[in-house]
Amino acid sequence: MEQFRALVRAQDRQPVRYLVVDDSIFARKNLARIIEAFGGQVAGEAGDGCTAITEYDRILPDIVFMDITMPQMEGIEAAERIIHLHPNARVIMVSSVGYQENIVAALQKGARHFVQKPVKPELLYEVVKYVLGEDGLAVETQEEVNGESVQ
Amino acid sequence: MRIELIQPFINAADAVIGETLQCTAQAVDVSMDEEVYRKTGLAARVSITGDIEGRVIFDVTRDTAAKVAVCLSGADTTPDDDLVRETVCELANLVIGNAVTSLNDQGFRFKVHPPEFHASEAGLKGSEDTEALVMRFDTPAGSVFMNIAMQYHHRRRQDGQFD
Repeated sequence: MEQFRALVRAQDRQPVRYLVVDDSIFARKNLARIIEAFGGQVAGEAGDGCTAITEYDRILPDIVFMDITMPQMEGIEAAERIIHLHPNARVIMVSSVGYQENIVAALQKGARHFVQKPVKPELLYEVVKYVLGEDGLAVETQEEVNGESVQ
Repeated sequence: MRIELIQPFINAADAVIGETLQCTAQAVDVSMDEEVYRKTGLAARVSITGDIEGRVIFDVTRDTAAKVAVCLSGADTTPDDDLVRETVCELANLVIGNAVTSLNDQGFRFKVHPPEFHASEAGLKGSEDTEALVMRFDTPAGSVFMNIAMQYHHRRRQDGQFD
């Protein structure tokens, strides 16, 4: 997989921490590989919406990748509940079902973006960078990560 | 089954397989089947409810699924059974999710349910008036079968909206 400039948190230059929510273990593994290529850290995983809410409270990630079609509680409802409790939560919906109602519903509930599967890493990278905004930095080297030469 | 229901699945399979396996998927065989569906390899079933109701089954041999799993996961070891099963379900999820997105753009409204791994040898049959479309796609990793049994929802059909 293509390597990207590492995305780190601007405040402490630590790797961006992600919560990956998808009922498919395969999809979670795939997203974890992509996160690794982004220089990030998988802080937690969940296979349904209920677990996602618990995990969010526990690990307080910087970014959530949230599937939509899941058992027990679907992703849009889980995103709404997380954002209700944590208004600054950055939730990016990642789903194969990308029709307009889903996208609009997710954004109305407070999700920051929507990416359709199959995920193109280069597109997801740009979305994460956009969603992090000034709270994220793209760095090339360990020196930059350490804050010695940040562009 | 009408062509506007079928074409999105062909397009989605072509696009998703092409994107995930970095190859072309060619639909080499399309037929109608009124018999009970029996799986040929590892199968994932996705149910759809709403304006259109039915199910789609994604079916591949274990060998093909293993090759796809290696390709998609980037693993350099032989994938275990769990990963192979997950791969079949995720591939089904991707193709069907993309197909229903296209159908939704045409005005159909429905809900897609999570994929279920279909392990039974007993076979599946839709309702009595539902026949299935069976498609075979050839890829470098092997053949992929898709079995689609769908019909317009009775209430909508009575409304005459899609007749």
